[in-house]
Amino acid sequence: MINFQYVRATDVADAVHRIAADPAATFIAGGSNLIDLMKYDVERPSRLIDITRLPLKSVEETADGGLRIGALVSNSDLAYHPLIAARYPLLASAILAGASAQLRNMASTGGNLLQRTRCYYFYDTATPCNKREPGSGCSAISGLNRMHAILGTSEACIATHPSDMCVALAALDARVHAAGPAGARTIAFSDFHRLPENTPERDTNLQPNEIVTAVELPARGFAANYTYLKIRDRLSYAFALVSVAAALELQGDTIIEARLALGGVAHKPWRDPTAEAALREQAPSQATFNRAADVFLRDAKAFGHNAFKINLAHRAIVRALIQAAAGTPQSQSDKKIR
Amino acid sequence: MTNYIGTATSRIDGRAKVTGEAKYAGEFNITGLAHASVVASTIAKGRIARIDASAALSVEGVLDVLTHLNRPPMASADSAYDDDTAPEGSPFRPLYNDRIWFNFQPVALVVAEKPEIARFAAALVRVEYEEQAHVTDLHRQRDKAFALEPGKNHSAPPKPRGTAEQAFAAAAVRHRGEYYVPIEHHNPIELFASTVIFESDGKLTVYDKTQGVQNVQRYLCNVLGTEPEEVRVMSPFVGGAFGSGLRPQFQAVLAALAARALKRSVRLALTRQQMYGLSYRPAMIQQIELGASAGGTLDAIAHDAITVTSQYEDFHRQETGWSGLLYRCANATYAHRLARLDLETPCDMRAPSAATGVYALECAMDELAVALKLDPLELRLRYYSDRDQNTDRPYSSKSLRECYRQGSQAFGWDKRNPEPRSTRDGTELVGWGMASGVWEALQVPIAARIVLTANGHAEVSCATSDIGTGTYTIMAQVAAEMLGLPLDNVTVKLGDSTLPQSPVEGGSWIAASVSNGIATTAGAVREELLRLAKQMPNSALADATADEVTLADGMLVSKRDATCAVSIAEAMRHRGVDRIEQEKSTTFDDDGSHAHNTHSAVFAEVKVDEELGVIRVTRVVSAIAAGRILNTKTARSQIIGGVVWGIGMALHEETLIDHNFGRIMNANIAEYHVPVNADVYDIDVIFVDELDAIVNPLGIKGLGEIGIVGVAAAIANAIYHATGMRVRDLPITLDKLQR
Amino acid sequence: MAQTGTATKPITPAPENIPILLIVNGVERQLRLAPWTSLLDALRNHLDLTGTKKGCDHGQCGACTVLVEGRRILSCLSLAVMKDGAHVTTIEGLAQGGALHPLQQAFIDHDAFQCGYCTPGQICSAMGLIAEGRAKSAEEIRELMSGNICRCGAYPNIVAAIQQAMGQS
Repeated sequence: MINFQYVRATDVADAVHRIAADPAATFIAGGSNLIDLMKYDVERPSRLIDITRLPLKSVEETADGGLRIGALVSNSDLAYHPLIAARYPLLASAILAGASAQLRNMASTGGNLLQRTRCYYFYDTATPCNKREPGSGCSAISGLNRMHAILGTSEACIATHPSDMCVALAALDARVHAAGPAGARTIAFSDFHRLPENTPERDTNLQPNEIVTAVELPARGFAANYTYLKIRDRLSYAFALVSVAAALELQGDTIIEARLALGGVAHKPWRDPTAEAALREQAPSQATFNRAADVFLRDAKAFGHNAFKINLAHRAIVRALIQAAAGTPQSQSDKKIR
Repeated sequence: MTNYIGTATSRIDGRAKVTGEAKYAGEFNITGLAHASVVASTIAKGRIARIDASAALSVEGVLDVLTHLNRPPMASADSAYDDDTAPEGSPFRPLYNDRIWFNFQPVALVVAEKPEIARFAAALVRVEYEEQAHVTDLHRQRDKAFALEPGKNHSAPPKPRGTAEQAFAAAAVRHRGEYYVPIEHHNPIELFASTVIFESDGKLTVYDKTQGVQNVQRYLCNVLGTEPEEVRVMSPFVGGAFGSGLRPQFQAVLAALAARALKRSVRLALTRQQMYGLSYRPAMIQQIELGASAGGTLDAIAHDAITVTSQYEDFHRQETGWSGLLYRCANATYAHRLARLDLETPCDMRAPSAATGVYALECAMDELAVALKLDPLELRLRYYSDRDQNTDRPYSSKSLRECYRQGSQAFGWDKRNPEPRSTRDGTELVGWGMASGVWEALQVPIAARIVLTANGHAEVSCATSDIGTGTYTIMAQVAAEMLGLPLDNVTVKLGDSTLPQSPVEGGSWIAASVSNGIATTAGAVREELLRLAKQMPNSALADATADEVTLADGMLVSKRDATCAVSIAEAMRHRGVDRIEQEKSTTFDDDGSHAHNTHSAVFAEVKVDEELGVIRVTRVVSAIAAGRILNTKTARSQIIGGVVWGIGMALHEETLIDHNFGRIMNANIAEYHVPVNADVYDIDVIFVDELDAIVNPLGIKGLGEIGIVGVAAAIANAIYHATGMRVRDLPITLDKLQR
Repeated sequence: MAQTGTATKPITPAPENIPILLIVNGVERQLRLAPWTSLLDALRNHLDLTGTKKGCDHGQCGACTVLVEGRRILSCLSLAVMKDGAHVTTIEGLAQGGALHPLQQAFIDHDAFQCGYCTPGQICSAMGLIAEGRAKSAEEIRELMSGNICRCGAYPNIVAAIQQAMGQS
């Protein structure tokens, strides 16, 4: 860990002012990912701006029937918040599928959005990695890539986004509120995380001098028909090989709205409008779900060790849609997948 | 009289462990302690061309940067680096010269006032390497592996017997399979650390994470060229080791070198990543062939193993011999080859050779049962042997048949539908598998000291370690029972190189050894007490011999007539003796007429999601025959722990090496998966009664290893039964079950 | 060749210490710490409270679990300076006047440990778990205790110990 300065921001304006003054500074809230990376010398900030005392810890109802979640609401407070549990159980379930109880107590909503990849090479400064050191090369493409992406990859990077919470937020069409020197703005969730292309060092479209202040959920919560299905190498406390957030709105026997987002398969939570369109106006059935999975994975590309993920993702999509349609979401403590 | 041996006694060190009072190697804080941090190699093979430590040295609070160029003197002869468990070869020497043998090898040591400064400065040390081509892939090196030769290599395979080739040719059914076990790392939760106290007279007191304080003490003296009395090694608590603490590890040498260079106390704690440069269970490719008659005899066994070692030592254990030992079979052949890789030397890890060798054998047996259309348990009963097949000797005791009976009954094995994929539970396929387990009942020379005071308190001591196995507690139990004292009146000292001689704690040999050792010493105490009692006026024991008396409830009592008794306190007081001290060595005479082994029968239930391949081990029954059980509570925990290890071995554990870099990429415990709480469902442990009057006077056989043996095979066999898919390379991750 | 040897005049200053206050097990502790000192290292190296364990230093094992403001967190991924003014409960703070906390006693009764190194983290995590009140069944305990790795494999006994303590609270 390198030597760094430590300061506390007093309010959002102060935080923005402080980050603008030092391009090598970074914000710290829960610290659960940042401190980890600093100990590996992967993150080397000159200054940490402690934002944990900012007033961004409330969950409030919005005028249009949605919720505005302060960026500093902890993952566990969010997962167990009565409004989230009642109206957005998909989000609660996804949060509880990730990390451990201790980490969820520490991790913030804003920080979760900014989690960095678990790619082995990103974490090991002894190996080349374009995300950590642009231009050094991608070691994963010809190396150990069982955990790596099958969608939206580039020749520069095949890393995956590691968050579970973000997969649900993507499915729910959340919006990210940010503040910066130019004022506040909102970013659609699908525009928040980036694909690697030839700038894998940038995970998101948040500007370096901006701070996430809130995440807003629209009114539609899919509380009746949803699931978060996470497939991993042990039954808890592991990053996803593939995870699926599925949310349906049914009218009688017809799907009138469908959301499908995948984790563990791309550099961002992956959504596919065409696949969702293939579900709309259809009756829930194995055939429909198969078709949607086919569409979803039509451009999937494997790199050797991760070839199994294409098939696994297909089956997980279908199973998740079955669970969502039946109104029998996956339990995060009963490990049997129903 | 209170019996302690065989009871469910809570750990006597439990309170220290649940309150945080128990101090481990890296937790001895003293004023003026300096902190060291390792700079580890980032290449697998080559030489150090240049080290620039100037940036590190410029950091305020950095005391020194040690490299091979400026370290204090170290011994030059290989023999100085030898230790009680070293394999053949030339042991690794940290900071010795410019040679790089493996990734994560220490190349420099930064010492600073604060641990954070040491770590920061370590990252500033610039090392340039002359890199050489490396090989870290066993599969690539397979054809270059060299054979172990009986007579030349100590763990070479047993002698072949019979005429296997002809027996195979004549066999009605043959099964041949290749089984792979990857490199696994011990990953005890405590980080390897040494705190070296530089005493005012220049002597060193070393708190080290080790399974053998005297082994480390001798090693450090030899390497540093000091007299034995100048180094004392302590290890009162060890946060798990599982074999990784058998050999002296490099953090102890490095911390001692730094302490001598700086004439200051120094602590070195390795990072989790650096611990992947210590040692590991070797990867191995095993080929097993079985030939059987249709009528129920096993006629031929061939077991070949290729295991990994380093470029500088020949580590190996006898994987193959278990196959010929366990079942009645007239013909057996073995081969064992070693493949050299540019990695550090492997070492023992929980049930070394048996966890892996028996895994391959017991999967092969399951496959043979399928080929013969026989129930897997029935197959094993038909091949049951009452004699060690390798040496053709009877066992001092073998209750495996009883393990099969009680284990299968508790599991409900008789309800098993033999057909794979025949049982479902909704979305899941249910599979039942079983396997046998076997381990050696070993015992080693050991010494124990007892100090009995007239107030009825005893202190029992031995230089052995308690790595979580419960040694503190069983030592107290045996001493209390033998001396006739309440358990609370016994204190135990261990983990100190100045205490009576003990070998390293490993191989499940300490419980049997130290218990009998304490019994021997207690016998000497009893004799001494009897001598005192006889001198009392009108002594009730005037005519008694040592064999005729026992110690109970603070009295020396005649076994023939309980009314003939003398108070211990009074006997001592009468002669003006306030303490009796006895230290005795115990050796275990073995005339070689019997084989000594522990056994298990493991039954496992798995549920596998048919489409997704997610595996849950929902139920394990482990029936154990291991002689007399000293403490049913801690013994059960040992077996549960072994089963959890077996689950990890079957489903999770694998060290991932990028062979382009020759570097371990999951050198952490987020991506090196071990079972977490959610992975472990019901585990039922059964100890079958097994009286063994031959193995040693107390009939104890040891338990640490047998719990893991057979578990991975039982799970792999259950997965086959559930899915109809035979996965022969571990771990069985869900991708391997995709159709 | 290598430029090594004794330290020359320092030119890279060590970080400045920041004064902070931690209320550890009910006792106010004034400390001056560099920003890079984790709460874990502050406890172990500066307050000599070595009951809180370091098993990975990266938030992967749970051995460093302590309670901050009554909630279980990982002290290895927390900077001590960020906890200025916080109430911290460690394993050393559970027993009251020599009497073990029911969870500590339950861990002994059920032999819920072997080497004991993960144990303080397990017990502090279980304290948090019970306070959260989310776990009722063994299945839920297993899931919500999965952030604490026990390499000795004492999990079934840990679950039994927690169930015993839950029954008492």
